[in-house]
Amino acid sequence: MNITAIKADNGVNVEALLNARQALTEAPEAARFTWRAQCAWVNGTHSRSVVHGFFGLGTEQAHKTEFRYDADHPEIFAAEDNGATPVEYVLVALASCLTAGVAAVAQNRNIQLRSVKATLEAGMDLQGILGIDSEVRNGFDGIKVVFEIDADATEQEIAALVAQSQRRSAVYDILTNPTYVAVEVR
Amino acid sequence: MIHAARRRYPPAGAVDVVVVGAGHAGLAMSRCLAERSIDHVVLERGEIANSWRRERWDSLRLLTPNWQSRLPGYAYRGADPDGYMSVSDVVGFIDGYARFIGAPVRSHTTVTSVVADGCGYRVATDRGAWRCRAVVLASGAHGVPAVPAAAAALPRSVTTLTPKTYRNPGQLDDGGVLVVGASATGLQLADEIQRSGRRVILAVGEHIRLPRIYRGLDIQWWLDAVGILDERYDAVDDIVRARRVPSPQLVGTPERATLDLNALTARGVELVGRLVGVADGKAQFSGSLRSHCAMADLKLGRLLDRLDQWAEERGRDRDLPPPERFAATRLEAAPRLGLDLARERISTVIFATGFRPDFGWLNVPVFDHKGRLRHDGGIVAPGLYVLGLNFMRRRKSSFIHGAEDDVRDLSAHLAAGLRLRDGGQAPRSAA
Repeated sequence: MNITAIKADNGVNVEALLNARQALTEAPEAARFTWRAQCAWVNGTHSRSVVHGFFGLGTEQAHKTEFRYDADHPEIFAAEDNGATPVEYVLVALASCLTAGVAAVAQNRNIQLRSVKATLEAGMDLQGILGIDSEVRNGFDGIKVVFEIDADATEQEIAALVAQSQRRSAVYDILTNPTYVAVEVR
Repeated sequence: MIHAARRRYPPAGAVDVVVVGAGHAGLAMSRCLAERSIDHVVLERGEIANSWRRERWDSLRLLTPNWQSRLPGYAYRGADPDGYMSVSDVVGFIDGYARFIGAPVRSHTTVTSVVADGCGYRVATDRGAWRCRAVVLASGAHGVPAVPAAAAALPRSVTTLTPKTYRNPGQLDDGGVLVVGASATGLQLADEIQRSGRRVILAVGEHIRLPRIYRGLDIQWWLDAVGILDERYDAVDDIVRARRVPSPQLVGTPERATLDLNALTARGVELVGRLVGVADGKAQFSGSLRSHCAMADLKLGRLLDRLDQWAEERGRDRDLPPPERFAATRLEAAPRLGLDLARERISTVIFATGFRPDFGWLNVPVFDHKGRLRHDGGIVAPGLYVLGLNFMRRRKSSFIHGAEDDVRDLSAHLAAGLRLRDGGQAPRSAA
């Protein structure tokens, strides 16, 4: 009988991910994905978005169920607060992307995670979106992410997990680098 | 008498092996082929060590100390083993090597195409064609500067330079300079231009931070002693990534000073993120600067841990000064994300963003979907070899001292291949 080293289990199937990486290296056209969302106005600043289908591996794909997201603004914006604000969804997207990355990288490095908590904060000067000062941008003036991670690893190894998750994060890239956005009306 | 050297070799004809490029790697291969009595010729578009003569900036010095400069059967023997060769020193070193080995170099002979021909190759040049059984591509890793697409959108008022066209600060006007890239080159150019009194902004992406001296010894001594430079291409996790790593932030100066981002900011250089685009005369920088610096600091820490552990295990601890750790890279709270080039009077952008080899004349189907040469540790195809690429067979493959192990492996493989076609036994792997 072989003596097997203790394997970390963070619920990430790293082997499948590595196999996918290998397969997509050999068939780069299958690596082209298209993500979609649809949004419908409800009332006031309240809207409801759904995500379900997407394209990847050369064919149409779908989530197991349709996911719905209500977005609105808080009452101090004279709105009904039926959901998180759109900018908060951006923080949610970044947090969940980096956290998924931490788990995947930890699994790949055989590091057992016990808890991963991320706290995000983003500053915004409303003079931008209200058109008070044209020098002020509409979006965040910065985002701060603080991770608290309990894992079987040294402080340095944990710092490296977090660094690597940024390097491989789609949302981190979307936020830190410009993206061409085409908005049309049909 | 001018033609005496030429008469020794036919202007063109048939030969066992054509080596393309008379730099250190091509000459090292020539030496190993000669040792095996394999008939060959070294074709050189210009003179020996041509790109060192014509395509380097004035203040450049090697990143490796003199004692490390060695080629098969040849080594530095000067009075300053701990110094770093200047460009003219390197030219003299390689020139001296070519004379020492009596290399069959045909200078001012530009290869215009290489095609497969029967069980060998046909090499066309501007001075006639050669038929050969094997070709060694030793034209170097620095064929053409890899300039990002964003460069095309720069306003016309801005002068763009690359390390091949930059010589010294004297060629610049008085405006500010944006240096793109935080490799050894980017940092060295940013440093000397800032010292010339011009404003310098440095765009920083992924980079490798190294101290020049660690615990009293040159970092190259450590990398050599610990075996890091000997790490093989088939023993690293992700060789594609490892080959893309920029050159470590080092400079060779008489003071043996460390040149890192902290040294530059202390002298007034402004750091910004990776250049990601140019729109309406504004350069845009990634918001990932902190992440890239944190990654480089972490990697440096890991490397130093490894060096210290090695020193301890070898019982070297007592002879050496104590371990050191270096301050984290200092950054402004919110580095700028955009730069209006006209308003900020930036008149020059220098792309120190690396190079890719130029194999435009290689008409053999040996390229991947991105146009990169496919090779297995320098073995490209039967009878076709390449030399000197980044991490080609070993981490040291692109260094002068890295050529020897590679050419020994590959010349053995090449010789076995020739014997096979002569009816001998199959070549073993070049391991």
